[in-house]
Amino acid sequence: MVVFFVVIPLLAAFLIPLVSKMREGSARVLAVLSGSLLLLLSIAGIFMIKNGSIVYSLGGWRPPFGICMVLDGLSVLFLLVINLIGFIALLYSWDYIKRYSSQGLYYTLFCLMLAGLNGVAVSGDLFNLYVFLEITSIASYALVAFGTQAEELEAAFKYMVLGSVASAFILLAIGILFGSVSTLNMADIARSLAGSESRKLILFCLGLFTMGFSLKAGLVPFHTWLPDAHPAAPAPVSAMLSGVVIKVIGIYALIRLVFNIFIFTPAISQIFIWMGIISMSVGVLLAIGQWDFKRLLAYHSISQIGYVIFGIGLGTPLGIIGGLFHLFNHSVFKSLLFLNAGSLEYATGTRKLQEINGSGRAMPFTSVSSLVASLSIAGVPPLCGFWSKLIIIIAAFQAGNIIGGITCILVGMVTLASFLKVQKYAFSKQAGDIVSKIKEVPLTMAAAMSVLALFCVLIGLFFVPFLDQLIRPATNVLLEGANYVNLILGG
Amino acid sequence: MSLYILCFILFLLGFYCLLVKQNLIKKIIGFGIMEYAINLFFILLGYRWEGEAPILDKHQVIVNFVDPLPQAMILTSIVIGLGVTALMVAIVIRIYEKHKSFDINEIRKLRG
Amino acid sequence: MKESGMSLIVKRITRITVSLIFMFGVYILLHGHLTPGGGFAGGVIIALSFIHLVLAFGKETAFKRLDQVGASIAESFGGLMFLGIALLGVFAGKEFFLNVLPKGTPFDLFSSGIIILCNIAIFIKVGAGLFAIFVALAIMRIPVDDPGREDGR
Repeated sequence: MVVFFVVIPLLAAFLIPLVSKMREGSARVLAVLSGSLLLLLSIAGIFMIKNGSIVYSLGGWRPPFGICMVLDGLSVLFLLVINLIGFIALLYSWDYIKRYSSQGLYYTLFCLMLAGLNGVAVSGDLFNLYVFLEITSIASYALVAFGTQAEELEAAFKYMVLGSVASAFILLAIGILFGSVSTLNMADIARSLAGSESRKLILFCLGLFTMGFSLKAGLVPFHTWLPDAHPAAPAPVSAMLSGVVIKVIGIYALIRLVFNIFIFTPAISQIFIWMGIISMSVGVLLAIGQWDFKRLLAYHSISQIGYVIFGIGLGTPLGIIGGLFHLFNHSVFKSLLFLNAGSLEYATGTRKLQEINGSGRAMPFTSVSSLVASLSIAGVPPLCGFWSKLIIIIAAFQAGNIIGGITCILVGMVTLASFLKVQKYAFSKQAGDIVSKIKEVPLTMAAAMSVLALFCVLIGLFFVPFLDQLIRPATNVLLEGANYVNLILGG
Repeated sequence: MSLYILCFILFLLGFYCLLVKQNLIKKIIGFGIMEYAINLFFILLGYRWEGEAPILDKHQVIVNFVDPLPQAMILTSIVIGLGVTALMVAIVIRIYEKHKSFDINEIRKLRG
Repeated sequence: MKESGMSLIVKRITRITVSLIFMFGVYILLHGHLTPGGGFAGGVIIALSFIHLVLAFGKETAFKRLDQVGASIAESFGGLMFLGIALLGVFAGKEFFLNVLPKGTPFDLFSSGIIILCNIAIFIKVGAGLFAIFVALAIMRIPVDDPGREDGR
């Protein structure tokens, strides 16, 4: 039942305002319940597509006439990312969000964001994808502004303006595409484009799509909103934004369009590769000088997204496997790092690394899980980040892209240095007198961080079965782009 | 074709306003112009020369329909635009309460 | 000031016109599947009738009929109703959004299955939502020194 990926969070989002009027605490119960249901459903999705992908047509209108929802390997991978991180973030919010007023509003927006993300991942219709993308974006603008301090409002306004520009570009491109092929079903568009002649218009469309989705993903020429918006949000929302939102409404939508609707040409491959290389290096260079923990993490997000788009842009099977694997790993360890930053802020009340001053020593769960995540993002074996970076680097050298491969290695080293700084200042430095005043965060927050740290270690140890079960079906969807048409339109 | 190009010029005009103007309210207006340029573009896409409204009625034979699909899409897009604009205005009101100004030069604290 | 709102003339005219606007909204709603209009347009008109009340009588009088809490509840209810109607198809064992009700004869008021029910749900959601946006933007001004956080940082 593909449609329940959207129905469950929407039901929760509409029920929460009703029940939270009666009892304030019931909102979080409902939200966590829907999050766990979604997680179970997306795990079930892995097994549902064992016998081939599923096409679900809304209202019984067969494609290409009605809106259809598609569950294939790529969708399942992204659904798992969304719902895993979403569930963990909801669990973490259980105690964390008590500091803010109006919890009901927070959980409503969070569930709306989950609904939008799931909708983007399963949608098979271009305009429907745009609508879900906008639901996600609007919910995330509101969540960034949730603290309503001056700095958060400013970040949210910046994010909103640039996000709306991106949405306008995407909508314009959809309009031009609709004007030239007169259909909105993605498979039908792909079929029509395969035989059409108006290449210049298609290239213009592709440029608009690349610009819009790169803005949403925070790739380097379009990254200016990201280091403001991600730190400003509450910690679980930062984890969602950095771990999931930029990937689903940026990378997923872009690669779905490029591989399954348009044809993946060498020119596009070059654009992706260079955007990846520039994002990688610029992100990490800007991250070195940062002393605000969450801002540093946001710059690293830009850099790591560069790895993902570089791997996918190589276009070889190994490169795509590496890119998608790194995407999954990054969502696990970057969310974990943002949750760590939230815990430190919860305990000490500051995000400045100098002021935290070794106080992490009093917080065993936070310090251990943050050590795991830092080593993972820096690519230390045998944690999960190492394997995906290794695959990307091998793929780069195999494809003959020496510059890209060397950049990957260098950026990995700088990342390691940057996170050694974090570990030194936040956790292992000789503690000041602030330590005696702080204590470990509440149980649910510690549990959420521990689960993600466990994931980092387990994926690192058992990466071969993980690649076989999850990443390979997703890679096949991208490599056999033309099969998408046959799947939906039935040959 | 010239109509589409005019639409695109309107879009760029809104984009220019959004990027260059220093006043937050003017930025929102620029966003609105962009939104409406796209809406206009969609409606023009569905227009057929001397076409009639796509409403079926009793005892009526219509041969030349205007395409109703872009109109349905634009209804959705207008609602989305309404939501975004309302949220923008709400955030700007809050910003005004903090800084007593709409000028971005007086507000800017963050560096991207 | 003893009386809030505008002058007597405006109030008197508003009493007459508000009910007419309300009825026009309901008309647009009910004929949504036959003529231009439908749930969205009807909802906007209804929201305008409430905004009209607020403008003419001041917020105290108007909020006796519908305040922000009521609007928020109505909005959630509208969304739930729409989802419930869409789920009818799943409960019948078929697709989501399937038109399960009998279609009736074309051009009758009660025809076309679930479309009219969907229109009513959208009507409630849009009417309440637009009114809530208006109230949030125009009336509910927060004091400057009131941070959103409870710990006051």
